[in-house]
Amino acid sequence: MIFNNAAIMQTLNVNLNAVAPVALMTVLAIVLMVIDFFLKRENKFSLGIVTLIGLVLILPVAATTVDPAPAFGGMVIADAYAAFFNVVFIIAAIFAVVISNDYLRKISSERGEYYYIIIFATIGMMVMASANDLVNLYVGLELMSLSFYILVAMRRSATGAEGALKYFILGAFSSGILLYGITFTYGFAGTTNLTEIARMGVNLSSANHYLLIAIIMLVAGFAFKIAAFPFHLWSPDAYEGAPTPVTALLSVGSKAAAFAFFLRFFGGAFHEFHAHWAGLLWILSAATMLVGATVAIQQKNIVRMLAYSSIAHAGIILIGVVVMNGFASAGVMFYMFVYAFMNMGAFTVVALMARNDGTGKSISDYKGLAGRRPVLAFVMALFLLSLAGIPPTGGFTAKFFILASAIEARYYWLAAIGVISTVISLFFYAKVIFYMYMKEPDALDDMAPVTQAPSTLAYNIIIFITAVSTMVLGLCPTPVMDMAIAAVSHL
Amino acid sequence: MIENTLNFPILSLLIAIPLAGAIALFFFPREEKDAIRMTALGFTLVNFIASLLLLFYFDTSTYKMQFVERYDWIPWIGVQYFVGMDGISLLLMLLITLTSVIAVLCSWTAVEERVKEFMIHILILETGMVGVFVALDMILFFLFWEIGLVPMFFLIGVWGGKRKLYANIKFFLYTLFGSVFMLAAIIALYFAHGKATGVYTFDLLKLYEVTYSYDLQWWVFLAFFLGFAIKVPVFPFHTWLPDAHVEAPTAGSVILAAILLKMGTYGFLRFNLPLTLQASYTFAPFIVLLAVVGIVYGAFLAMAQKDIKKLVAYSSVSHLGAVMAGIFAMNQQGIDGGVLQMINHGVSTGGLFLLIGMIYERRHTREIADFGGLAKVMPVYATLALVIFFSSIGLPGTNGFVGEIMILVGLFRANVMMAAIGATGVILGAAYMLWMYQRVWFGKVTHAENAGLKDLSPREIVTLAPIIILIFWMGIFPGHFLKLTRASTAHLTEMIERNQAVMDMIAGSGRMTVEIPRNGAAKPDAQAQAGADAHVAAVHE
Repeated sequence: MIFNNAAIMQTLNVNLNAVAPVALMTVLAIVLMVIDFFLKRENKFSLGIVTLIGLVLILPVAATTVDPAPAFGGMVIADAYAAFFNVVFIIAAIFAVVISNDYLRKISSERGEYYYIIIFATIGMMVMASANDLVNLYVGLELMSLSFYILVAMRRSATGAEGALKYFILGAFSSGILLYGITFTYGFAGTTNLTEIARMGVNLSSANHYLLIAIIMLVAGFAFKIAAFPFHLWSPDAYEGAPTPVTALLSVGSKAAAFAFFLRFFGGAFHEFHAHWAGLLWILSAATMLVGATVAIQQKNIVRMLAYSSIAHAGIILIGVVVMNGFASAGVMFYMFVYAFMNMGAFTVVALMARNDGTGKSISDYKGLAGRRPVLAFVMALFLLSLAGIPPTGGFTAKFFILASAIEARYYWLAAIGVISTVISLFFYAKVIFYMYMKEPDALDDMAPVTQAPSTLAYNIIIFITAVSTMVLGLCPTPVMDMAIAAVSHL
Repeated sequence: MIENTLNFPILSLLIAIPLAGAIALFFFPREEKDAIRMTALGFTLVNFIASLLLLFYFDTSTYKMQFVERYDWIPWIGVQYFVGMDGISLLLMLLITLTSVIAVLCSWTAVEERVKEFMIHILILETGMVGVFVALDMILFFLFWEIGLVPMFFLIGVWGGKRKLYANIKFFLYTLFGSVFMLAAIIALYFAHGKATGVYTFDLLKLYEVTYSYDLQWWVFLAFFLGFAIKVPVFPFHTWLPDAHVEAPTAGSVILAAILLKMGTYGFLRFNLPLTLQASYTFAPFIVLLAVVGIVYGAFLAMAQKDIKKLVAYSSVSHLGAVMAGIFAMNQQGIDGGVLQMINHGVSTGGLFLLIGMIYERRHTREIADFGGLAKVMPVYATLALVIFFSSIGLPGTNGFVGEIMILVGLFRANVMMAAIGATGVILGAAYMLWMYQRVWFGKVTHAENAGLKDLSPREIVTLAPIIILIFWMGIFPGHFLKLTRASTAHLTEMIERNQAVMDMIAGSGRMTVEIPRNGAAKPDAQAQAGADAHVAAVHE
């Protein structure tokens, strides 16, 4: 073997451009850590501003970093697909950071580490989206998960601790399963590189038992991250316990990251074995939709309701993974994009409604909101209708693309189950709208100001942006969908 | 397709005017109630006058779509902004714009709370309704279909009666349940058309051009049926209607009865029959059966009601059953009668709900037992009520008679037994309506509270006036109205008859290879006879 530096450099294919967004994010996180060191507790909010500025500056870099050639020995691929998801992650992180400032002050938990851990979580997601190797994927996944374990526990309350502990123990367990699946994949393919696995796949006998075990374990590991049935039990508790901005990021970011890799892995590396994994995901998708939608009906806490709604959405998005053609994959990407806006918007309203003592998250707290805060009630209704999939909102368009791809690929039953679960889910979304518009507040103390946050400006900006985006994506989906289709075509 | 003869985007204007009104109202201070009412009235009136323009420029000699506008919307999946109208939509369009004016007028004093939001919802609802009846792109149609749902949801939920929450969620879930299946059917047609022709489009006129496989038609028919039958509502999907009607404010009830229910019957005419004609044959007997059961069952339920509004709601079930029976008699008289009866029902039942709203505003009760002898106290009210009652019963000389008789003639041609049973609906209708009239208006004033009731105000008379005029106009000169729809219904009938001949031959010969009759629909009976002969021959072989 010849140890030639130039040759090694060539096989390694060091291409810093491909990792520019991740590198810049890391720099941002380190800068934040250093600044945090010098800040007094009452000045921690300035960290949020630095984070925001950093993220806004990195966003265009992430959007334009497109280099379809695998870099670093095939570990990383910064294609348009990764860029699309990176934009989703950073937008979600921006929203979360903006609403965090007031929220942290409200729950008296202003800590510097909060901001850079959010950045680390986002880095983990970005690594996952651009991973072209199972090892790299695992590193990103763990970075994201560990960051979220801390973030969920940030509110030092009983519910926060319960949620975080559940999330941590189950999460660590599922990571183990995923890693086990990766070892099986390595066992039959002899490599962890996705491009190589895809090439092996053509020659492999499909009756390989190790392959089936690998598929089952990888699916189980990912199903945990997207909170698919029966791996969803952590999510309502974690969502409820976490600070609301973290919940929002968790529901959008970690889900999008898992789907980003889902598509790249099952659509690329394991595409040859579609017949094997599609059946498994079919069942998972159908069960997740129905369980999410039906269990959400009974929830009294709006965060838990949104948690189950998020489970139901994961089920619908899974339809696109099951179908797995260009149209369906683009549909999944479009769905994640819309979901980032509508779900972030809904959680921002929830964060605004929450009070200092941790109450204000019950659905009955929304009674008569339309009388007190007509505009807030209106946008909340808009987000809920979009989540329910009522035209002309973005939620409808996204659901339409997914269901259309399923019907085109003749998955009639799956589409029918998706349609039925949509109808069921309407019930609990409509219930909140009822409470806001058609019920009177319970008692006088509900007439107190909705929020005791020092300022609602930040919330209002985010609510405005997400509401407008939700509508625009519904009426004019073409630009984003074009981008998604272009990104998928290089997959 | 005829281009836009008006050279002016009149249909878009009709969609946009109410929407502009809603946006304008958004900026009004909520205390300025009268200004809000006047503005809403102004916008609905302008829209009504604009819709009258259509009458002057409408070409009655063709079934083709007129006043067409077409723009690309989401080009890469073939979604367009594509609107146009034929005779069937024209009549319904005029009914919408008129009903919207009436809805604003009848809420003048009835709605005192949140007037601004109320009027905004009425105007958005008008936009949605107009859109439904002119959309020629399936996705656009679906969009307007759903847009109409949201304001109705608020109208019932915010300004409704005591059990509004229950009624509302029932209405909302029922309708959405149906419409998602409709969406699935739209997508299925889209792909079937794309695979057959290579052109992926939601353009309704293009979708018409392909004959789909029977299997697909069967499923698509069923999915559309769920969507539309719930909206109509066809027995046994009718249970949401009485609840929604009883709880809705008067304007909501009027719009619901006059327009929203017609979306369902319109859907059957516009989508089910032309797109899935062969499946329609299979299902027609069942639908006629359901429709006839609806006529009789609705009438009996109406008879047993103690609440006036509920009685009228069940009478709607009965009347809409007649419309459905007419449409699925699948012949010229039946379809003509069905279309005319759609308008009739809008006029007469809309009028009935107005009458109920007027008395409810005065007495805050709708129990039949709380009234009696109103004719002595409110003579004008009693007279106008009697006219509208007669129209609802279908007395000769009023509009109801023409529609009912045509439906029965059509149904008689299709199925004598069903026509016989359906005809009892007319008698039952007279029974429950006249019995109600007698209990409420005739006799002595049994309740002291009723003695001092004021008769109708000029505003209320103006509200009812267009309905009274229409009742007589349509009753005495039905030709004026039938002329508008004739070309469209004749085209539909011709299509049905041409296919009927083919289907008869398939059934007759027992073979799947069938020659398309060369002389078209000229001699369907001869064709059928030939088919039957072939069948006899085949049996003998």
